Amino acid sequence: MEIKRREFLKAAAAGGLLAASSAHPALARDPKVRTKDALGLLYDSTVCTGCKACVSACKEYNKMPQSSSSPEDPLWDNALDTDSRTYNIIKLYKDGTGAAKDREKDGHAYIKRQCMHCVDPACVSACPVSALKKRPSDGVVIYDKGACIGCRYCQVGCPFNIPKFEFEKTFPQVQKCQLCSHRLEKNEIPACAEFCPTGATVFGKVDDLMAEAKKRLQYKPGSSQVYPVERLGGKAVAERVVTPYLPKVYGEKDGGGTQVLYLAGVPFEKLGLPELEERSDAQRSETIQHTIYKGMIAPIVLLGGLVYVVHKNTKDHK
Amino acid sequence: MSEESKPLGGEFLTTPFKVLAGFTVFAGLLVLIRYVLGIGAVANLSDGYPWGIWIAYDVVAGTAIACGGYSMAILVYVLNKGEYHPLVRPALLASMFGYTLAAASIFVDIGRYWQGYNMFLPWYANVNSVMLEVAVCIATYVMVLWIEFAPAFFEGMQKHKQHLPAFLTKWDVSGLQKIWSKVLFFFIAFGVLLPTMHQSSLGSLMLIAGKKLSPLWQTGFLPLLFLISAITMGYAIVIFESIFASVGFKRPIEMPLLSKLSGVMPPLIGIYLVIRFADVLIRGAIGAAFKLEVASLMFWVENALHVAALVYIAPAANRTKPRPMFLAAFFMLVAGLVYRFNAFIVGFNPGDNWSYFPSFGEIMITLGIISFEILAYLYIVKKFPVLPKAEHA
Repeated sequence: MEIKRREFLKAAAAGGLLAASSAHPALARDPKVRTKDALGLLYDSTVCTGCKACVSACKEYNKMPQSSSSPEDPLWDNALDTDSRTYNIIKLYKDGTGAAKDREKDGHAYIKRQCMHCVDPACVSACPVSALKKRPSDGVVIYDKGACIGCRYCQVGCPFNIPKFEFEKTFPQVQKCQLCSHRLEKNEIPACAEFCPTGATVFGKVDDLMAEAKKRLQYKPGSSQVYPVERLGGKAVAERVVTPYLPKVYGEKDGGGTQVLYLAGVPFEKLGLPELEERSDAQRSETIQHTIYKGMIAPIVLLGGLVYVVHKNTKDHK
Repeated sequence: MSEESKPLGGEFLTTPFKVLAGFTVFAGLLVLIRYVLGIGAVANLSDGYPWGIWIAYDVVAGTAIACGGYSMAILVYVLNKGEYHPLVRPALLASMFGYTLAAASIFVDIGRYWQGYNMFLPWYANVNSVMLEVAVCIATYVMVLWIEFAPAFFEGMQKHKQHLPAFLTKWDVSGLQKIWSKVLFFFIAFGVLLPTMHQSSLGSLMLIAGKKLSPLWQTGFLPLLFLISAITMGYAIVIFESIFASVGFKRPIEMPLLSKLSGVMPPLIGIYLVIRFADVLIRGAIGAAFKLEVASLMFWVENALHVAALVYIAPAANRTKPRPMFLAAFFMLVAGLVYRFNAFIVGFNPGDNWSYFPSFGEIMITLGIISFEILAYLYIVKKFPVLPKAEHA
């Protein structure tokens, strides 16, 4: 063969080395941890009655238009999922007859979906222009439309498919739950928690929510317990007969952890929550990318080498 | 280089040119609708499948197909194979249009295009974002490609005035030529670095998709596989385009050069396939290839195309005949294209019963972009010294 394979492989390797180093986790970025002041929600599927007061309150306090799943009836707000007009939704799980609540077989259960405010969000890692940011003070993932270019990489990254895009608009933007950050500023709590009549959705510091969730997992089914309503540590409470829980707090570690936590009586994947590894995708992506581009050293060294070789070779050609 | 290339001359308003122009104009109208009524008016994109063929073809596959300039630069300027010089200019031209159109097409896809320049404002930059690296790198490379190709324009304006409109021939570019001859080596080197960076990063883009991307494609080796694939596609497009142009313009095929050049393809495809399968097997992901679903089928189609390219180009005897070389190059280009479609669309499953198939509008806009690339290529090779002189072959 005329072209020396070895020489060719050397060149391929020069570039390949850069990328190949991706396989080594030596420079792995540390996982991110919840801050002490992180705020969030605890949603208890066994408590939820599916009244959707949270859905309507979310629309009202975020001034979002109605979203209809049936084009014939556009006046009726009945979105089937979160969309660019719907930050928060209650979905139904139903199996067979659907008779018993919170039972996997022949039962039904509710699930509230909104932004999970991940501890290490894929959307924040993905966004090239920092339009999605994790607010240092409370860990809420906020969106800045002044920065956003509409590339939708956040949508590709989000394991929960939360960021929604206004495909139907001439001048679109991304829409997602920001934990009612405009209400937090006024010392109010997220609308979905404030207007939940049962205490299925409660607001609080994530550390406290986690403690509350773990406490509930210890409750004996059939016993009567006091459940906080609206927020942890508030005045409103409700007494309730405990129904069985699955022994897991979804969001404790899933996808690197989230600031919205879930309890349920039906397996979380049946409720539509993805099974995620404890290592966030953001950590994996950034580890690989930063290994290649650490301080731009590898690209600069490679450029230096290339400039030298090309300069020498172009002289030869003359 | 100046003695090697020559304008083809001849009429450029040919029938193929007019057909291509028709596609381009039609796509232009659809783009107009997209800007007035929104992306949803022409595209099947959704919150589940936010990226379709405008990203997977126009940008990801389009730039890989446009890697001819990059791959030839590695060979000629890094490995010092000066004999391939005559193939550099046509490769650069195709790369220049491929990349320029890919970059331009991003402004059709991004929703808030009027803020697109935010990508280049340091105070918005998120250095953790693979997308930022890709965007800045591609934008820079487009400029580098125009700088690299500029000598062909200068030469045309100096030596081949008869082909050009009057206003171009009056301009004395000899000063610019002098500057270029001094600094070009730097841009050639830069032009090797940049695709090495962004072609691998185009693969890294999908790392963040995590489990939404099938284990058949989701791997830490995405950047390496994308890079090797892009370099191989670069050689494939040079062979494909050279044979195609020779037949189309009724010129002799550059056989000796292309024969030698095609020798670089077997080891590249071989290395790629070894990494590809070792990765899938070691991660224990091969089970996903035997499910009854489109993604599993497409996994085999993708790899069968790579094997087909290898089978055609590996025997030394085949590398002396235009037909198997052309077929191998064709299979490699389609293989790389399918790999990218799989990694960005087919293997991507957001769940919740979302589905995606490109709309008529999306397909026509993509075809329009390809048409514009080809017609611009046709115009330039007739007016400027790009293609090797016929007697050189």
